[in-house]
Amino acid sequence: MGVRPVSQASVAFWPMTDRHVDTVELAAASPDLPQPWAELGLRDDEYERIRTILGRRPTGCELAMYSVMWSEHCSYKSSRVHLRRFAELPQETPLGKTLAGIGENAGVIDIGQGWAVTFKMESHNHPSYVEPYQGAATGVGGIVRDILAMGARPVAVMDSLRFGPLDAPDTVRVMTGIVAGVGGYGNCLGLPNIGGEVAFDETYAGNPLVNALCVGVLRHEQLHTAHASGAGNLVLLYGARTGGDGIGGVSVLASETFTTAGDGLSGGPTKRPSVQVGDPFMEKLLIECTLELFAEGLVSGIQDLGGAGLSCATSELASAGDGGMRVRLDQVPLRDSSLAPEEILMSESQERMMAVVEPQHVERFLAVCARWEVEATVVGEVTTGNRLVVSWSEQTVVDVPPRTVAHDGPAYERPIARPAEQDALQADAAERLPRPRTGAELRATLLRMVASPSCADKSWVTNQYDRYVRGNTVLAPPADAGVVRVDEQTGLGVAVATDGNGRFARLDPYAGAQLALAEACRNVAVSGARPLAVTDCLNFGSPEDQAVMWQFERAVQGLTDGCRALGLPVTGGNVSFYNQTGDTPILPTPVVGVLGVLPDVARRVTPHFRFAGQAIWSLGDTRDELSGSQWALVEHGHLGGLPPVVDLRAERALVELLWQSADAGVLAAAHDVSDGGLVLTLVESCLRHGVGACVRLPAGVDPTVALFAESAGRAVVAVAPADEQRFAELAAAHAVPCARIGVVTGADPEPTILLEDLFSVSLAELRTAWEATLPAAMHGEATARPRRAGGSEPAAV
Amino acid sequence: MPRVVVDVMPKDEILDPQGRAVHGALRRLGFDGVADVRQGKRFELTIDDVSHEALAEVRRIAETLLSNPVIESFAVRVEDGR
Repeated sequence: MGVRPVSQASVAFWPMTDRHVDTVELAAASPDLPQPWAELGLRDDEYERIRTILGRRPTGCELAMYSVMWSEHCSYKSSRVHLRRFAELPQETPLGKTLAGIGENAGVIDIGQGWAVTFKMESHNHPSYVEPYQGAATGVGGIVRDILAMGARPVAVMDSLRFGPLDAPDTVRVMTGIVAGVGGYGNCLGLPNIGGEVAFDETYAGNPLVNALCVGVLRHEQLHTAHASGAGNLVLLYGARTGGDGIGGVSVLASETFTTAGDGLSGGPTKRPSVQVGDPFMEKLLIECTLELFAEGLVSGIQDLGGAGLSCATSELASAGDGGMRVRLDQVPLRDSSLAPEEILMSESQERMMAVVEPQHVERFLAVCARWEVEATVVGEVTTGNRLVVSWSEQTVVDVPPRTVAHDGPAYERPIARPAEQDALQADAAERLPRPRTGAELRATLLRMVASPSCADKSWVTNQYDRYVRGNTVLAPPADAGVVRVDEQTGLGVAVATDGNGRFARLDPYAGAQLALAEACRNVAVSGARPLAVTDCLNFGSPEDQAVMWQFERAVQGLTDGCRALGLPVTGGNVSFYNQTGDTPILPTPVVGVLGVLPDVARRVTPHFRFAGQAIWSLGDTRDELSGSQWALVEHGHLGGLPPVVDLRAERALVELLWQSADAGVLAAAHDVSDGGLVLTLVESCLRHGVGACVRLPAGVDPTVALFAESAGRAVVAVAPADEQRFAELAAAHAVPCARIGVVTGADPEPTILLEDLFSVSLAELRTAWEATLPAAMHGEATARPRRAGGSEPAAV
Repeated sequence: MPRVVVDVMPKDEILDPQGRAVHGALRRLGFDGVADVRQGKRFELTIDDVSHEALAEVRRIAETLLSNPVIESFAVRVEDGR
């Protein structure tokens, strides 16, 4: 091979200086010019493939486009062969066919009454470690634009977050910044944050997970998708100007060279920062402007600009249509006039959209944008033929078949190998660990459990989010699922929950993914909603590690089989690889989001006990399952054994029972049993309204198992005495095992959780332990200072 | 006692939403002659002496707390003490 990569790490990325533009003509004339393809994350065979596609060496601009679009982040080159399984699931929810499925920006499903919902989850992990505030903020902004590009009005966001141990040196910086960034962006945008999760594990210390979810609603007739059909139609870029931010963010940050990327931390002379700064007020204008453009019928095709910026938007729009596209790069409005054309193509400046507009609509399009003070510029046109041609100062700098950039990138069957140590890990069962025996020991265990980071009160986080803006929030943390009303007349609403348990997935990735799915379904169902569809965010280590690839393959298969058994489609999602510190990958963390529907949100159910005298019922079977549990972690620092057994038939029956019982109005409260086991569920259900509970555990069951086992397929419900008969009949009809385990008690003399024959503990003592953990770890950050919107945050100390 | 001033500015390439908002407000108020606005912040540190070591310490302070070096640059200068 006659071409060698440029090897110096700090060399200027582009073969030509700023003054000389690398044109197609030049590229044809200088086939042997060394190009920095390796630095841009391309493999030598990938570079050769580009040369074969083009029949010459790529220009600098073409190399920029291919390198970002063929990066793991954009091309899904390691995951694509596995993700196909999701597409093989019936594209049908329990209410009917999906309106748009996998492949669009986000899947769209019918929720009845003429309404449709779109929702999707996406990761922003690596940027959130480099610059926590802005990384998390722009993660929210990116997923909101994805939803907007479907023609839907964004109505709520959620965030699933994972950090290193609370006492790890860097966690306060990372967690403070990320939570503030999520809150800052979402609050300024006027979107309620209705839920999510926060979890901790040492493998996330150098690699936090920020998985942002957005829900949008639209009428059926408003659905829009990204196509650039119709020669002569014009291509408009609108929103923020293009600056030098985030250049290389996609190809470098989201690839293996993350730790040595020019991120400003290494102290090297980085010319362009790899982080982006978001402006939520600009995004708010973009939302309102875009929805008005849709309403007036001015948009033929649309695409948001996210990772890979213009490279992605132009190539995806062009390849989704039936023609080619010509783009004049020098027409792109810039914030920094010194940007080279390659940099303009790669810039990840936030709050930008690209639209295809028929010529007769352009004037009106520009007028609508002007009304919202959104800058809009014609930058190109749809052409006949099938080439994407980009020019710069009248010179052609890109001339490619757009499909080869956007859709026909490399796809790898990465080697897969079950790690040798998996057997030893699974043999090291937590069921063999010493258990508390006496009531006093169990009581002390419970108090340590409620204070543990993953079980403790998360108000420190959720209090920084506006949960009720827009006035349609029905349930928000600490509820099991977020619920928003969609139609104010009929009360139609949707419920969304996200769940993931990296510890279970580490022990068995197939079961771990199904447990996450089952838990998210349960959380939707306990809220009174019927689960309809699934989105996922698959966070894993390096796909070049055979063991990681095995985890990934197993998790995808588990999720696919789980969705099939539960009758739910996967409507979209995201894969994030290279989540590792040095050679140590994170716990495999498939995070699953489930969306459900409530015909009337007035029938929603909260997880909280309210009135003395309500009967407490436990649903589902409890087994001797302590491996991977919070008990094993908190009491023994242990991870080993096999995760709880997954019984999808039982899960489905439980889910049906829960939402149908809610619909029948017989549930006073319902709460999922998961982290920490049955007793943590009881504690959480009591704490909200300050009531007690008197509970008798079933005879013959070891109390540690009864209290702390995390067997799947379980929930606790409270039922008014008058409804118990009907509830028992419903449970029997669905063949869900159930038992009346106790009763809600009042505040006289003080609210107390009493476990008969074992111990009692006052709510006050539980509350103190439960509430103290996060504020204490954040060093008094609980009284968070007001934060400037979209502004830069000083590095936390 | 000598006073050290630390000026913190968003890096040139980084979007500055605050500066942008001020710029927009200027235009609305009729101040048309301003092409761009960028907004930073200024810290004044009164220190015991201006030795080489003391200024190095101020730079460390600026790097650690006063600025976010990922997206901001800073400049340290000594003002005459009064």
